Amino acid sequence: MSQFTLYDYVLSGNCYKIRLMAGLLNVAYDTVPVDFYPGLEHRGEAMRALNPSGTLPVLVAGELILSETQSMLGWLAASFDRSGMWYPVSDAGLHAQVLQWLGFSARLTASVGAARLNAMLDWPTDIETVRGAARKDLDELEVLLTDRVFAGQTWLVGDGPTIADIACFPYVALSPDAGFEHDGYPAIRNWLYAVRSLPGFVTMPGIHPLHELREAESDG
Amino acid sequence: MSRAYALNDWYAVADAQVLARGPRRTMLLDQEVTVSGTTDDLRVIDAEGSAYPAQFRYGHVWTSLGDAPRPLFDIPEADEPGRRLVPCGVVRVKCSPLRAVENFLDIAHFPFVHTGILGSEPHTEVAPYKAEIRDDVDEVWATKISFYQPQAAKSAEAGGDTQYLYRVAAPTTAVLYKTCPPKPEAMDVIAIFVQPRTETECDVWPWMALYDDVSAFAGLVQFQQEIFLQDRSILENQRPVKLPLDPKMEIPTRADLTSIAYRRWLKSKGAFYGALTEDA
Repeated sequence: MSQFTLYDYVLSGNCYKIRLMAGLLNVAYDTVPVDFYPGLEHRGEAMRALNPSGTLPVLVAGELILSETQSMLGWLAASFDRSGMWYPVSDAGLHAQVLQWLGFSARLTASVGAARLNAMLDWPTDIETVRGAARKDLDELEVLLTDRVFAGQTWLVGDGPTIADIACFPYVALSPDAGFEHDGYPAIRNWLYAVRSLPGFVTMPGIHPLHELREAESDG
Repeated sequence: MSRAYALNDWYAVADAQVLARGPRRTMLLDQEVTVSGTTDDLRVIDAEGSAYPAQFRYGHVWTSLGDAPRPLFDIPEADEPGRRLVPCGVVRVKCSPLRAVENFLDIAHFPFVHTGILGSEPHTEVAPYKAEIRDDVDEVWATKISFYQPQAAKSAEAGGDTQYLYRVAAPTTAVLYKTCPPKPEAMDVIAIFVQPRTETECDVWPWMALYDDVSAFAGLVQFQQEIFLQDRSILENQRPVKLPLDPKMEIPTRADLTSIAYRRWLKSKGAFYGALTEDA
């Protein structure tokens, strides 16, 4: 049964966060494709009536209308994850760290995400500033993930995947679209691999599945 | 770098939507040009203010920088009543314009890059087909292609064998004709108009002429964009970046017949912009 409607653009990393989270939680939903590009339909009258900020995605569940991806991820986990793993609100420290990473994910959207839109769709932006911020954000993430590896951990927070990982994953995984390759980021690559290995993982253009590797493993 | 042949071809440099939003300053064959005006009154000028010919066809503004442009190719299906003409915007790819066209002509990658849409494992075999250079029209054609596709088009409700025809109408323009799920007697038309910015960077304008009265416009565009953007990261990682025309430089297989014909055709014409040749 469909649990919500997602106003969606197939190439959007932010829309993908919601498709990915829903896939991981095995939640059924409907999509309404919005002509973000080239039509700029998200800024049109009909979409602004739903979401005055004119951004995508928009999530509608009955009376509930959400337009920020962080709130959507929180809502999905709180509604459909009975284990409490994805959004650990019962532990104040873990909860705060998740919120911290959700803030970081917004920085990634503004840096890597904007650089990607510019590289792919010639989207107008202050490209030098944006590219500088993207490099800084990726470097910072690499350092923090390296610390996690030294601590024997795989995920951003605690000892299991949380919505923090899902919020940060798309624009990091998509950074090669903007020319930021992963070669110099071993800790990031390790973490991207971990996310892509999760049961229920879904892909988007630019993010490939791991099925070849899985098959090779089972053959061996 | 040789622009000699390329200068006299026509290139898409804007679509109606872009044009309506104001002048577009862009690059064509290493040269800055600005496109402005309306579909009835077009202007293409370079940085010095010199004007170039322009025409509006297939939903796009076309221009040519040469002194003696060859005629713009014909896509007769564009004028058939009942077809929906769907321009899909523009996508920038850091690759040779010729690599973008060659990838569009390739079937063998469908199951691996467009998994679950244009192909799927284990249906990976490319059955024998025919590729030829048609001297009478000076185009490359590939025919008798049949391939299993899980979702051949937005309008497809189930997987099935899809028939394909490919046509290279100009070095940077490829048109494909494929089985139209809701109208089996007709074929859908999907083209890419590649605007070569430099030899290693292009703007690609996908365009479709479909029989599909049901799907919403946004859905049609996103279906095509999803497929094209699945190719983008692959294209940007192909090496060498320019398309090798010497058959010794890359080893083709039987599934690459269209690519072999395309490369041979480019070589015979001296269409070397974006190509790697022994002498270049």
